[in-house]
Amino acid sequence: MDNSSDATGVRIGMWLFLYSEIILFGGLFVLYAVYFHNYAADFVEGGRQLDRVIGALNTIILLISSFTVAASITAVRRQQKRWAQGLLAFSCGCGALFLVNKYLEWGAKFHHDLYPNSATLVDGPPGQNIFFGLYYVITGLHALHVIIGMSLLAWSLIGVSNGKVNQLHFGRLENSGLYWHLVDLIWIFVFPLFYLVL
Amino acid sequence: MSATPSFFQTPSPPGLTGIKAWLLTHDHKRLGLMYLWAVLFWFVVALTVGFLIRIELMSMGRTIMSAEVYNSAFTLHGVIMIFLFVIPGIPAIFGNFFLPIQLGTDDVFFPRLNLLSWYLYMIGGLLALISLFTAGGFPDTGWTFYVPFSVGTNNNVSLTVFAAFILGMSSMLTGLNFITTVHRMRIKTMGWMQIPLFTWSLYATAWVQLLATPVISITLVLVIFERFFQIGLFDPDRGGDPILYQHLFWMYSHPAVYVMILPGMGVISEIIPTFSRKAIFGYKAIVASSLGIAVAGSLVWAHHMYTSGMSDVAVFVFSLLTFLVAIPTAVKVFSWVSTLYRASIEMTPPLLYGLIFIYLFSVGGLTGLVLGAAGTDIHVHDTHFVVAHFHFTMFGGTGFAFFAALHYWWPKMFGVMYNFKRAYLAATLATVGFMFHYVPMFILGLKGMPRRYYDYLPQFSQGNSLAAVGGLLLFSGIILMLVNLVLSLRSRQVAAANPWGGCTLEWSVPSPPPLHNFVSEPRVMAYPYDFSEIIARESQGK
Amino acid sequence: MDKHTSQHLMPYHTLALVLGTLLILTAVTVGVSYVDLGIFNVPIALTIAATKVSLVLLFFMHLKYEGKAIVVSFLGTIFFLAIMISFTFWDVAFR
Repeated sequence: MDNSSDATGVRIGMWLFLYSEIILFGGLFVLYAVYFHNYAADFVEGGRQLDRVIGALNTIILLISSFTVAASITAVRRQQKRWAQGLLAFSCGCGALFLVNKYLEWGAKFHHDLYPNSATLVDGPPGQNIFFGLYYVITGLHALHVIIGMSLLAWSLIGVSNGKVNQLHFGRLENSGLYWHLVDLIWIFVFPLFYLVL
Repeated sequence: MSATPSFFQTPSPPGLTGIKAWLLTHDHKRLGLMYLWAVLFWFVVALTVGFLIRIELMSMGRTIMSAEVYNSAFTLHGVIMIFLFVIPGIPAIFGNFFLPIQLGTDDVFFPRLNLLSWYLYMIGGLLALISLFTAGGFPDTGWTFYVPFSVGTNNNVSLTVFAAFILGMSSMLTGLNFITTVHRMRIKTMGWMQIPLFTWSLYATAWVQLLATPVISITLVLVIFERFFQIGLFDPDRGGDPILYQHLFWMYSHPAVYVMILPGMGVISEIIPTFSRKAIFGYKAIVASSLGIAVAGSLVWAHHMYTSGMSDVAVFVFSLLTFLVAIPTAVKVFSWVSTLYRASIEMTPPLLYGLIFIYLFSVGGLTGLVLGAAGTDIHVHDTHFVVAHFHFTMFGGTGFAFFAALHYWWPKMFGVMYNFKRAYLAATLATVGFMFHYVPMFILGLKGMPRRYYDYLPQFSQGNSLAAVGGLLLFSGIILMLVNLVLSLRSRQVAAANPWGGCTLEWSVPSPPPLHNFVSEPRVMAYPYDFSEIIARESQGK
Repeated sequence: MDKHTSQHLMPYHTLALVLGTLLILTAVTVGVSYVDLGIFNVPIALTIAATKVSLVLLFFMHLKYEGKAIVVSFLGTIFFLAIMISFTFWDVAFR
């Protein structure tokens, strides 16, 4: 009855779960597509108000962390336990840094009276309200996924440390990694859609 | 037969006793039964609410409830029936119990995840229950939670919507489990074209559950966000588009009607050949049509929105695509009827329910074409015609398939046989009641009586009182059916391992099955509906 | 059943190469965003994003080395997502 030995099956299960996550964000991208079609000019204007540098920085942070997670699997399989621990800890750190940036960014927007139901958005052009509405919903949901992903990575780190994740059994690390890459994938689309619209 | 202890006597994981052996079980069969009792509970609740709605509409003006209660009642009826009965019904109960056995394996791929799905189901139900009695009371939005009303109303929409979110998660995880099980746990000797049709239909359903459910999840999350943060994503005053809500909602909810009906079709595809003692007509065509319905069903969501104000081009395109779905559905109906043709039919309660299914579902499907055609739909949209149509498909279809499955697999699940006479009587009563209940609604709808209205004009009173009489018959028929089944647990008339002469794998194991399902290595037939051995054995017996 | 041993092991230098490409593409997409290309702005940004996503999928997520079941079902999911977005435009684009 224990199927944990069938790594391929567990991986299929994980991929199926990722599909559901893709569609979950997909629903929001449907909204984005339609509203971008309706309010192209307002979206461009909204994009200008977002900090492109922080956005690019966060992209780079996530890309690097994706790399270190992928590398940690190689490290585990080559029995370089110290390396694997270091890479995973570094990836978690990247996630934390991403969230700090996000916090600063949201804080700055709040400071400029740009948040759901704020006077500026309610009285401003409708397209602007929609742009920032979607911005908060999508980046907020994404940040939630970053937190979940970090917890999974930390769980894998514990596994590597106590030897439950090793060169023969690394399904936990592999699946946490898949989840983390998904978080990265979504951000790769979010970044140009919000920060670079022109 | 009692040589091997059944799963009732063997807890899994071992060592658990009493109630814990159920609440912490990893055994797919115990989980199937736990779903059975929970689903039946909700079914009876929603059935009663539906019956009360009919009594209210029996005569003009106030009969038994106020208009506000009436609005909440039809919402409650819809939400429970959809999210707690029709969607989980067949996959969660019979899928959990029989999918692994039909695949020749001992459990689903993720047994603990399966237990989690059950708890999510229970929590979802509990939240719906709580939302009934806490701040604001149960929503009066209808089960569709359309904006802007669902965002503006003071009722307890957020909690109910959250309950639906949790229930969606439960359904999605069940689908995930089934897909992985079909791919990785199928016995090595069973190729794709040797999988029984019930399991095939669950496999197609599981994909829809997995890919469509997240859309409703995000939509419901957005409703909650709108209520708490007033973002305005669907608010025209703030630049939002309320029709987009309907798009997102039906992007899930239309595929979801195939989540509801496909497993029912799978049940019928098992029952018809068994009692015809004949290979099913067009096995591959039925498999292909299951997958075809799953795919085509995802392309037609906006046919619920012809009068919403969306573009004429969209009305045209979605109307055209809607007619495509009729093709794979018709393939199935013709295959069942062709299987019956020149077969040696043995009448039993499951077959009777199956035949009733074919008739009622065909009426439901054909009236669906009336609604799928944009021209006629404009006339009958949001009238009782629609109510009658989807009750013919969801109740006459999925509901009766569910009853058929109950009667077909009851002896296997519990090892006892029920009383045939009462089962026939209940089926007849329910069907006659069904016709008197819903056929008048078709006529009322064509004459222009809108759905969800508390009161109506004098010219509609004849049809409504007729429907109330039908409702009473239907209600008593179903209660009789359930009582009959429950009584069989007390009279304990022992059922044989293969009382019907079925030839899929679940009939090769004892009733009820042992913990690991199979006593010896399962023998997979080259073709899953090859009755030659069964017929040979039966003619020897004579 | 095939154990992990049969699964592809990604060497560090391949992963590093992929990361390098991803970072370059990020630089390109940020750089391009400062140039106004008219109607090509969005297609170019999305093409670059799609390329980056493909790289992550193929190498970081091992999609290149997975069995048929995962590859086909993944493409099916993307197809469904594409339907969701494009079919909505039967309405929105013609209103």
